[in-house]
Amino acid sequence: MSRSAGNPRSRKARSAAAEELSAAWNLRLYVAGRTAKSVAALQNLTRLCEEHLKGKYRLEIIDLLEQPQLAKGDQILAIPTLVRRLPQPIKKIIGDLSDTERVLVGLDLRPGSAERRLASRR
Amino acid sequence: MSKVNKKTAASQRGIEKCPTGIAGLDEITQGGLPRGRPALVCGGAGCGKTLLALEFVVRGATKFNEPGVFVSFEESSEELTDNVRSLGFDLDELVRRKQLAMDFVHIERSEIEETGDYDLSGLFVRLNLAIESVHARRVVLDTIEALFSGLSNTAILRAELRRLFRWLKERGVTTIITGEKGEGTLTRHGIEEYVSDCVIVLDHRIQEQLSTRRLRVAKYRGSAHGTNEYPFIIDERGISVLPITSAGLNHPVSTARVSSGVEGLDTMLGGSGFYRGASILVSGTAGTGKTSLACSFARATCQAGERCLYFAFEESPAQIMRNVRSIGIDLEPWIKKDLLRFFAARPTLYGLERHLAVTHQQIEAFKPSAVIVDPATSMMSVGGAHAVRSMLVRLMDELKMRGITAFLISLTHGNDTSVEQSDVEISSLIDTWIFLRDIELGGERNRALYILKSRGMAHSNQIREFVLGSQGIDLLDVYLGPSGVLTGSARVAQEARERAAGATRQDDLRRQRTELLARRRALEAESEALRAQIQAQDHAIERLAVETQAEESRGEADRSAMAISRKVQRPVDRGSRKGP
Repeated sequence: MSRSAGNPRSRKARSAAAEELSAAWNLRLYVAGRTAKSVAALQNLTRLCEEHLKGKYRLEIIDLLEQPQLAKGDQILAIPTLVRRLPQPIKKIIGDLSDTERVLVGLDLRPGSAERRLASRR
Repeated sequence: MSKVNKKTAASQRGIEKCPTGIAGLDEITQGGLPRGRPALVCGGAGCGKTLLALEFVVRGATKFNEPGVFVSFEESSEELTDNVRSLGFDLDELVRRKQLAMDFVHIERSEIEETGDYDLSGLFVRLNLAIESVHARRVVLDTIEALFSGLSNTAILRAELRRLFRWLKERGVTTIITGEKGEGTLTRHGIEEYVSDCVIVLDHRIQEQLSTRRLRVAKYRGSAHGTNEYPFIIDERGISVLPITSAGLNHPVSTARVSSGVEGLDTMLGGSGFYRGASILVSGTAGTGKTSLACSFARATCQAGERCLYFAFEESPAQIMRNVRSIGIDLEPWIKKDLLRFFAARPTLYGLERHLAVTHQQIEAFKPSAVIVDPATSMMSVGGAHAVRSMLVRLMDELKMRGITAFLISLTHGNDTSVEQSDVEISSLIDTWIFLRDIELGGERNRALYILKSRGMAHSNQIREFVLGSQGIDLLDVYLGPSGVLTGSARVAQEARERAAGATRQDDLRRQRTELLARRRALEAESEALRAQIQAQDHAIERLAVETQAEESRGEADRSAMAISRKVQRPVDRGSRKGP
């Protein structure tokens, strides 16, 4: 727990640098082995990123069967889970990412989603 | 046929149990939860689900050397650790010793978007990691239903929960799953459907401003179990379930006797007092000397070198001691020797269950051979008659099991032989029932004592007057007058009357004796005179006999002389007498 509590500050520091490097998007995809859902999710994600975030993102794929200890840090329950670590705030999208529209909304890549986010904050 | 036999044999052997280590729960479930299977613990908010589950893993780690995993969906590990520290559970220490692994599974719905198909492998991975990190044998999922509020696809959730429980079973870990009570269902999302082996329902009720927690085993596949609602308490030692009937009726019985501390009462009880380990009830109206009798018993117990625990629910110990000192009973030295201990509390201080638990703890700590509850009926102010009865039953069962003599005091109202409802409630459990009552006679109120029943001994059926003197309690013989039992001054008067009557009778006797003696002397004199007469007669008879003989010999001589004179006979030859 102490590790994750320490994270936001360092992440913020990194985020400033990352924005300058125009790699503002830091995504992580959690899978558990090569299941059909995982493969579908990865395909869907890669396609989407190439379309909308070309050149501005970094994608990490974590297989929990190999690194189970990483599940705790990002509070992973469902598989597959896509975590948008940057930009802030953290967003999680679970499922095989087959519904592109919802994924784009979830990643705040759709117009209007920013306002909705503000509204929800209020 | 053989299959049936095998089945019965298996059911007799029963399924393997995993002891929870929670006081009382293992008795109700006859050994614990089903080993290697999931069990559901459900109930409303604040009913103690989390604590029960946590105690299960903590006891497993500390008592049975079975490490555990606690997965919390509601509280963070830090919060949980802080919350249970007051119960003496040091979770940090258990984690350090690798006997416990904790994981906080948190789902923030606002962070999550669901798109398409998914499963809960992440949860499985985390659980697996936790289980392997400590080689866990026990797992708690508290409260897994939180998943339903975090994730919206219930079809997936249900399928995954089913898979999860199967997976836990395969791993052979004994699991507690907690669930929040729903409307008309055991759990809000009906997960009892998946956990079919054992279901425990907790409940937290408030009745007349007093809270009672209750536990019920709603279901236990493959095992007999107690079906009642059992009260339980949460205190500084964790959870204690108080089984009402787990004691059964197989307690050891003693034939040894203990003195009641009142000589006259011991005599009435077949000569030697109460049976050791008996349940004694002393009923009486206010001011009939119940507490004095109890103190007398306490002193007798201490004098025998045994311990006595006195629960005072209405008077402070200091007050009781001061009061009984006036009748010559000094309890102070016994307290100093730690043979007598008072425990005073207002009945309304706790709920009934809490009282029972406190009583239990006190008995456990002091290990007395006699317990006095003064008065047992004061509990009526805390719970209803039925609840009080069940509490007293449990108390008496416990005391019986331990062979402790129970001396209960019951305050009754009304001053006749009709007994109180409260007494009737428990009378069947009582071995010796002593009744104290007032007798109003001749402008006085006096105390009387009688034994209503006393199992297994030839007890007196007499009503005895009960006197509190400066030297303790004394039982006096009661005088029966034409108007009933005489006590106090009436008794004294009757005694005087009887003394007077006695004196008169003695005078009569003396006179009669004198008369008789005189008669006897007269008769004796008479008989003396008669004896003299007899003697005189005897003399006369003797004289006559002598005279007759003399006459006869004289006649013979005369005849001889005549014959000689007639020359018929020679004077010498007297032998050849011949007729002429």
